[in-house]
Amino acid sequence: MEASVRPLLKISGLRVEYPGRRGTFVAVENMDLEVGRGEIVGVVGESGAGKSTIGSAIMQLLEPPGRIAAGTIELEGQRLDQLDATEMRAIRGKRISMIFQDPLTSLNPLYTVGKQLIQTIRTHSSRSEAAARQEATALLNAVGIPDPEIRIDQYPHQFSGGMRQRVVIALVLCTNPDLIIADEPTTALDVSVQAQILDLIKKLAAERNIGVMLITHDMGVIAQTTNRVAVMYRGRVVETGKTHQIIHAPVHEYTKSLIGAVPRADVKLDRFPRISYIEAATPAAKVFDIETHWLGRTRPDAKVAQPASVGPLVSVDGLTMRFVVRHAILPQNRVLFDAVKDLSLDIQEGEVMGLVGESGSGKSTVARILSGLYRPSSGSMRFDGQDVLKMSRSADVNAIRRQVQMIFQDPYSSLNPRMRVDSIVAEPIQHHRLASSRDETYAIVDDLLEVVGLGKAAGRKFPHEFSGGQRQRISIARALATRPRFLICDEPTSALDVSIQAQILNLLKDLRSALKLTVLFISHDLPVVRQMCDRVAVMKKGELCELAATDDLFNRPRHPYTTELLRLMPRI
Amino acid sequence: MTSNSTGRFLPALRDSDAWHKFKGSPLTIGAAIIALLMISSALLSPLIAPHDPFDPRAIDLMNSLIPPAWHEDGQSSFLLGTDDQGRDLLSAILYGTRTSIIVGFVSVGAAVLLGLVAGLLAGYLGGFIDGFIMRVVDIQMTFPSIMVALLIDGISRSLLPREQHDQLALVVIILALSLSIWPQVARTVRASTMVEKNREYVQAARVIGRPAGIIMVKHILPNVMGPVLVIATINFGVAILGEATLSFLGVGIPASEPSLGTLIRIGNNFLFSGERWIVLYPGLTLALLVLAINLLGDWLRDVLDPKLR
Amino acid sequence: MASFILRRLIQSGIVLLAVAMIAFLMFRFIGDPVSQMVGQETTLAERAELREKLGLNDPVPVQFLRFVGRAATGNFGISYQMGQPVDRLLAERLPATLELSVFAMIIACLIGVPLGVYTGLHPKRWLSRLFLVVSLIGISLPTFFTGIMLILVFGVELGLLSTFGRGETTQIGWWTTGLLSVSGWKSIIMPAFTLGLFQMTFIMRLIRSEMMEVMRTDFIKFARARGISEGKINFGHALRNTLVPVMTIVGMQLGSIIAFGIITESVFQWPGVGLLFLQAISTADIPIMSTYLLLVAVLFVAINLTVDLLYYVIDPRLRADNVARGA
Repeated sequence: MEASVRPLLKISGLRVEYPGRRGTFVAVENMDLEVGRGEIVGVVGESGAGKSTIGSAIMQLLEPPGRIAAGTIELEGQRLDQLDATEMRAIRGKRISMIFQDPLTSLNPLYTVGKQLIQTIRTHSSRSEAAARQEATALLNAVGIPDPEIRIDQYPHQFSGGMRQRVVIALVLCTNPDLIIADEPTTALDVSVQAQILDLIKKLAAERNIGVMLITHDMGVIAQTTNRVAVMYRGRVVETGKTHQIIHAPVHEYTKSLIGAVPRADVKLDRFPRISYIEAATPAAKVFDIETHWLGRTRPDAKVAQPASVGPLVSVDGLTMRFVVRHAILPQNRVLFDAVKDLSLDIQEGEVMGLVGESGSGKSTVARILSGLYRPSSGSMRFDGQDVLKMSRSADVNAIRRQVQMIFQDPYSSLNPRMRVDSIVAEPIQHHRLASSRDETYAIVDDLLEVVGLGKAAGRKFPHEFSGGQRQRISIARALATRPRFLICDEPTSALDVSIQAQILNLLKDLRSALKLTVLFISHDLPVVRQMCDRVAVMKKGELCELAATDDLFNRPRHPYTTELLRLMPRI
Repeated sequence: MTSNSTGRFLPALRDSDAWHKFKGSPLTIGAAIIALLMISSALLSPLIAPHDPFDPRAIDLMNSLIPPAWHEDGQSSFLLGTDDQGRDLLSAILYGTRTSIIVGFVSVGAAVLLGLVAGLLAGYLGGFIDGFIMRVVDIQMTFPSIMVALLIDGISRSLLPREQHDQLALVVIILALSLSIWPQVARTVRASTMVEKNREYVQAARVIGRPAGIIMVKHILPNVMGPVLVIATINFGVAILGEATLSFLGVGIPASEPSLGTLIRIGNNFLFSGERWIVLYPGLTLALLVLAINLLGDWLRDVLDPKLR
Repeated sequence: MASFILRRLIQSGIVLLAVAMIAFLMFRFIGDPVSQMVGQETTLAERAELREKLGLNDPVPVQFLRFVGRAATGNFGISYQMGQPVDRLLAERLPATLELSVFAMIIACLIGVPLGVYTGLHPKRWLSRLFLVVSLIGISLPTFFTGIMLILVFGVELGLLSTFGRGETTQIGWWTTGLLSVSGWKSIIMPAFTLGLFQMTFIMRLIRSEMMEVMRTDFIKFARARGISEGKINFGHALRNTLVPVMTIVGMQLGSIIAFGIITESVFQWPGVGLLFLQAISTADIPIMSTYLLLVAVLFVAINLTVDLLYYVIDPRLRADNVARGA
């Protein structure tokens, strides 16, 4: 940044509040921030930190009843917070533009990309239709969209997620803005695409001398992209400074815990560091003795539980899952899609197997097949030596179901909102008749809730009274309630903040070693996988690329796709 | 329900958005009071009505076409006047409203039951069952409710002798209205079921090993009831209008039985001769009742399902 | 595209066949067609002869095929009550009904769409709230009561408008129109308004809720953030995106235009097919009833097909989907 007198954007003493009938909620308090030309400034924080509110406040796009209660926002000396709607519209788009999180919903589905570009260009300049079209084509080229002359007449749905975000960036650049506010611009994208988009933003900021305010929850993104960073916690900036300095020598306790909680990709740690700063932090999970506890009590299928054989617990061979995308009467007109192609995999008793891949790699489909939600189109699947797909007696199937449980990705949809927590956890016990009476069932439920660190009082509440991390604990309690041997975790923490993620992952680690569970751990997040797994399988487009011990995979990847994933992995 | 659970339920209600929205809208409060008053007085009509207008012995033709009490020729014993046969209009309105409410309640109840079963099965099981149920719904929806009712009435008229047809009139109306309402319920339930089915809590229940029937009843049903309640409320109004319309057209409730629509049809004949009260008061009663129900339906929609149209 | 249309055509065909089946069953098995056609003094032998001539002794599927074949050529039999061919009776009255329905739909759209856009864009303004309450009253008023009240005010009290019939009509080819005479216009206004009122409030509320939903989407926020003018956002980006669901439902609502048409025609003694149907009901005139049933089904299917085709024009996602897969 030049030693100019005035920074491009200067926020001082900003306070944003949402008056409501249960009192006023202060989203941002006493916020100071400066962004210079050509500079990328990160705003980082966990959910509820108020970081997205800042972007809307600058643009005057706060959802009512939100309002700026105090402070000033200046764009090169001009007070933005005092402009009326018409004046602000002249600033919006023309001088400040905004990139939203989800490229899939940011574009009008009914207009061609070109129409949206041309409309925006002509809103802010008196160019002719033809000139605007030429400019739009040039912009699409600049953001790295191949064949811009053809693509300009296509509709948004004809672009992939990453390409759409490029179109969004082209739209943002239409009018040569001075400042771009990017609100989680890569959260909805795969790692490989994320790296490309971040590079593009960096390149454009430097080339066009644009100031960028990058709002994100991801420390990796911050470390890779920004020059300076402001760390937010509960509406306040707790620390500001050069990115390098904040990452490597944080001063504030919160920043320290936040960085400590980010899973490391380079070494495997035994446990994640405790987050000391977060209030209402890790509730102490009940310590139990597996020898005497219900969870370790001899199972009804004792003979199966103590296998004499040394074979793998789970073994799939030539697994293929084919979906009919479009039905048709004539077979040749059917559109088919193989979500999983010819997958073979063995999981040993007591091992944690990682399954890694980008969206569309088929990893979740594998989870659904193993848990019995899908029946594969072909291939075989053995659990503890028994061929699961050939079972016909419902008692046999039920016995397998009891031993295989699953933890889902989205804590907000994985619990029935109309059921009390204790009924949710009791359902598997009742279904598999693991307790002899209602009282015994609910005693077990209370105990399970303590084991996962919630306390038995949680049982009388409904799911909506809990946070995402707490809900994931309920999910874990429900999965444990059948005393399973094999636990499938489908992205169990990807919807959670890093600090909460660390707590949940620690809990899973503890339970795994206490109960000697076999785990299939599915994730798109390589550092998390490194911390959790013994072996890792990498999938791409339904096929298995590589399967290796975790350290070998991270240190000596053999498949080029694995190498590429590791290269793009965000690092602090 | 034990007193314990109501004890916990009430504060939760007082704290909820629904109650807040209710309190903040005088229109909704008014609608609730009006609906409650009208429904209770209609149901109690045999007790509170000043006359029994459908007892032939109690009717005197000498009393026909008396204007409301505040008119010059009015009589205090006939507050809203009488019709052409000397029946007390106020009592007839009360009895007629009772018919409306019973018809509305029964037909919507039957439609909701049928729609829930069909919608849950179609949405959860999919495939051939879904295709079949939805084609039936499509065909049913081709024909507006009034037409279905008229057709059923026409058919029953040519199949049954006159007296029997009159006796069965109420059943025919309820059948016709249910038939025309259930497709809507089925569609809504099916759409919601398809959303809920893919939610992870349903998958979790499947992983546990729960059979489809239990998942539908225990997990999905409680989560699709919100929109169903809204649809049911709105269609309660629609059913009441439907009954009145059919009776007005002369194919619904026979003239010897109480119905607002029949009263309006009778009044319609006296439109040009000046006895307008016979049309006016039953019509206003009907409109007010349906308006109150619709207002409550709007509030429910706001509270339960902002996205439902 | 072609396969899509083909699929829709097949589906429509199935619906029509199912309805034809119902119509046929009514025609054939409700009441005895022979005894409806002949007088008291006809002998049993003559009846049997007529029965044979009409093909009533053939197997039922054959009779059904014959029924469909005749219906396809416009032959629907003879009205029991009026002794005239049903197709001629309907053709005579169809112009009146279509004129009324179209007029009502135009009124409904002309008022309903702008009100819906306004209340959707500014849901908090008091004018919007007023419109909303008024619209609720519009939905709550029984159609026949609205009609009667209009007659009372504009017909009886003020004597401005005609309260029954079509007024003076003019013959243009096989079509008769009331729109070329003053009395015709005076006659159509009240019924058209009565018929359109429900549709109007319905369209308004539908557009309002769709509009409110679209206004919450990211692409509208993003368009705002780019500084696109309010007019272009509201009427270009937003309104266009509401059209797909609105069209579906409005298409389906045309059915209710037909239903309320029956009531309106009855209140205003409008000489259309609805009134004919109503008379047929009270006299159990099965041929007219079953033909009307078919007519409504054909209209409905035709409207739905049109709506489906309009989707293709409006929503590129449907179009390109097929192109991409076809390639």
